[in-house]
Amino acid sequence: MKIQTKSDLEKMREAGLKTLYPKTTKISVGMATCGLSTGAGKVYEAIQKEVEKGKLPIRLSQTGCIGFCQREPVVDILEQGKPRIFYQGVTPERSSELVHQWLENKVVEDLLLCKMEREDWIVDGESKDYSILKIPDGMDGTHHYHQIPFYSKQLKIALRNCGFINPDNIEEYAARGGYLSLYKALFDMKPEAIIEEVKRSGLRGRGGAGFLTGNKWESCRKAKGDRKFVLCNADEGDPGAYMDRSVLEGDPHSVIEGMIIGAYAIGAHEGFIYVRDEYPLAIQKLRIALAEAEKTGLLGDNILGSGFSFKINLFRGGGAFVCGESTALMASIEGKVGEPRAKHIHTTESGLWDEPSNLNNVETWNNVPVIISRGADWFSKIGTEGSKGTKVFSIVGKVNNTGLVEVPMGITLREIVYEVGGGIPDGKKFKAVQTGGPSGGCIPESLLDLPVDFDRLTEVGSMMGSGGMIVMDESTCMVDVAKYFMDFLKDESCGKCTSCREGTKRMHEILTDITEGRGTIDQITLLEELGWVTAEASLCQLGGTAPNPVLSTLRYFREEYEEHILHKRCPAKVCRALLQYRILPDVCTSCGRCAKVCPAEAITGKQRTKKEKGKPFKINPQKCIKCGMCFEACKFKAVEVK
Amino acid sequence: MIPFMIDGQPVEGKEGGNVLEVALDAGIEIPHLCYNESVRPYGACRLCLVEVSRRGRTRLTTACTYPVLEGIEVYTQTEKVLRARRMIIELILAMCPGDQLIQDMAREMGVHAVRFKQEDKDCILCGLCSRICEEVVGAHAIQFAFRGDRREMIPPFLGEAMNCIACGACVVACPVDVIKMKEEGDERTIVRWKRTLKMKQCKVCGNYFAPWFQLEKFRDQAKLQKDFFDVCYTCRT
Repeated sequence: MKIQTKSDLEKMREAGLKTLYPKTTKISVGMATCGLSTGAGKVYEAIQKEVEKGKLPIRLSQTGCIGFCQREPVVDILEQGKPRIFYQGVTPERSSELVHQWLENKVVEDLLLCKMEREDWIVDGESKDYSILKIPDGMDGTHHYHQIPFYSKQLKIALRNCGFINPDNIEEYAARGGYLSLYKALFDMKPEAIIEEVKRSGLRGRGGAGFLTGNKWESCRKAKGDRKFVLCNADEGDPGAYMDRSVLEGDPHSVIEGMIIGAYAIGAHEGFIYVRDEYPLAIQKLRIALAEAEKTGLLGDNILGSGFSFKINLFRGGGAFVCGESTALMASIEGKVGEPRAKHIHTTESGLWDEPSNLNNVETWNNVPVIISRGADWFSKIGTEGSKGTKVFSIVGKVNNTGLVEVPMGITLREIVYEVGGGIPDGKKFKAVQTGGPSGGCIPESLLDLPVDFDRLTEVGSMMGSGGMIVMDESTCMVDVAKYFMDFLKDESCGKCTSCREGTKRMHEILTDITEGRGTIDQITLLEELGWVTAEASLCQLGGTAPNPVLSTLRYFREEYEEHILHKRCPAKVCRALLQYRILPDVCTSCGRCAKVCPAEAITGKQRTKKEKGKPFKINPQKCIKCGMCFEACKFKAVEVK
Repeated sequence: MIPFMIDGQPVEGKEGGNVLEVALDAGIEIPHLCYNESVRPYGACRLCLVEVSRRGRTRLTTACTYPVLEGIEVYTQTEKVLRARRMIIELILAMCPGDQLIQDMAREMGVHAVRFKQEDKDCILCGLCSRICEEVVGAHAIQFAFRGDRREMIPPFLGEAMNCIACGACVVACPVDVIKMKEEGDERTIVRWKRTLKMKQCKVCGNYFAPWFQLEKFRDQAKLQKDFFDVCYTCRT
């Protein structure tokens, strides 16, 4: 059906509500990449089998990532008049139990994650109450969704639909307010008014640079040119970051709707989504969503009968990190080598094929429909003075709750790490949090109360970046961390600028020297000098930010560098070449376990027998390859590492 | 013409031009390796770094990629500029310690020792050969392969550069003179691109003057008559 009028849109919404909240019980399985990688596909099949076998009155559906990636596969059950419940860590084996218990009005207690009694519809600002009439047995201690620490501090604007709708179903997107903003933009607002609204909202680009989105749109609208482009950057390449992937997999229409609104405001009729080919599921979801939007007349010629036409092409990138840079991305779409070029003339004036082009990141586009429907005043109340709204982070590393979180700007790092993230596992001490992807910086404990926004992160030598957040504990060596990121960057620099290509390579070389015990104290100065030149002299922001991991660790963890260089010691016991293994003779029970596991035959001694006492074992440092096998194997903590 | 200042000296440049060409025309020396006036500025070597002041903001940028703009103030000799250039030439010297030009430039900039492990490359990765080949010759025979620190200028798939017409433009353009051309009998070889082509003999003087493959390509593109290249350039004029 082609949507031409507002009542058509309402009809689509009605249809969506019927599948979102069916009369029968509905079971949804989180089937984004995070879910699938832990077996959500098999769980789905198992439930399906069970439903078909018993001809059960259950509607089975799939949805995106609900954020708690560590607890996947997550399965949610929704039935009218009952609280909605979320199960975690579901296995195919336990799927049948979970289904049948529910039908008997019971829950599987040990798999319960949380319950939900109302949900918020961000787009139209409503709250949908489930009007609970009956509570299944065994739900007494179940926490409410809004009360568990992982979710309580979150405010989901960008992730509004992820985990709640079937991403392949355009009607379900419409049911939660989708495409209403587009209707409003096309019929109730002039392009200038849309730009003004986005400007007033204070939305800044979520791709990393934090440029004011409204200003960018305005300069692209004003730029001379008959043919203009609107582009979406989905070339998310930071190790450990997957915000954009999750949005595309769980709510692709939000990005498409944002792009159509942006194109209308700017006066563009052609768009591209540049998505890396390593995201096959996101590509699949986008393909379905684009086809659905075209079929219903929300994309293509004469959208909603407004006279405005806009088409989106999907472009798959080859996975070069540098192609996330605007000019490299455009070169790549043009079929050229993905290499940045100087942009003294902005891409909003001369971008793709030298035409005015407006590039925004997935999350930026996805925020647009909410700003249009709720208004700039509402949006700009969230966040800090200079950074409005929320930001999605993928929080990973040495933290109890890893996953996808969306928090208001201005929240402190401490709140993210300790409340949302649930603190550091195994009773270890926090050491640093790395924000901003590979070219971000490491922020120490003394700055944990820093409010997270674009400007404050830059001030302390890191950056917002696209939203990766890696938590590190005391067992992390900061020199090793800097080396790891420099290894990534020297590989992923395009290699055009001498300063970036050679700079990152040489920094990596020096860091390798330091971690392997060949470092000299002069090399610290050389690192700082190299960092300065790489940042100042390189053409694009990959080079401009590449030294951040080195410079920020030198700034906050200089003593660790000095320990490595002056005392040839790695305080975190990570750098193998610097470790010394020794067996404490007083503790050793002469069981011989260490000698058995040693692959280098470096451990000798006399094993005790029933009749005879043995002699403590010893490690020959010349033969020791520092693999740590003896340390792991010793039950008596007799192996000491220094 | 657009007026602006370089090191306090008033200069003028044409619209669409760049700061480096104006400086060189005005006799102001700025070291550079990847710039050649016959191709578009690229900004790879980063040696022509200057400080540009515009609307009260000063930044370090390459002169070759910076457009001529009214009222900008360019500084080519500030401490910041010289410090950055010294590190850049040291990095290039560490990569290609055997290149005479690089050794000379480093010495002129006051770099006498290299603090990094020396490599034994010869190509400085300025990309001039491939840009000349693409923009001037139109042969598109070579391009960079790989990215990051593995970047190399090599013939496609390390085999023979099948689009190369052995014209030798890259040989002339290479600032460090590491692309060699060899002529033996009726054959011309561009060593680096593993390309050997048979040459055509002039009907008048009998000299081998250009590769067949090149002449056929030119004749075809310019739609010349069949016997146009039977005689060499010298004998024709």
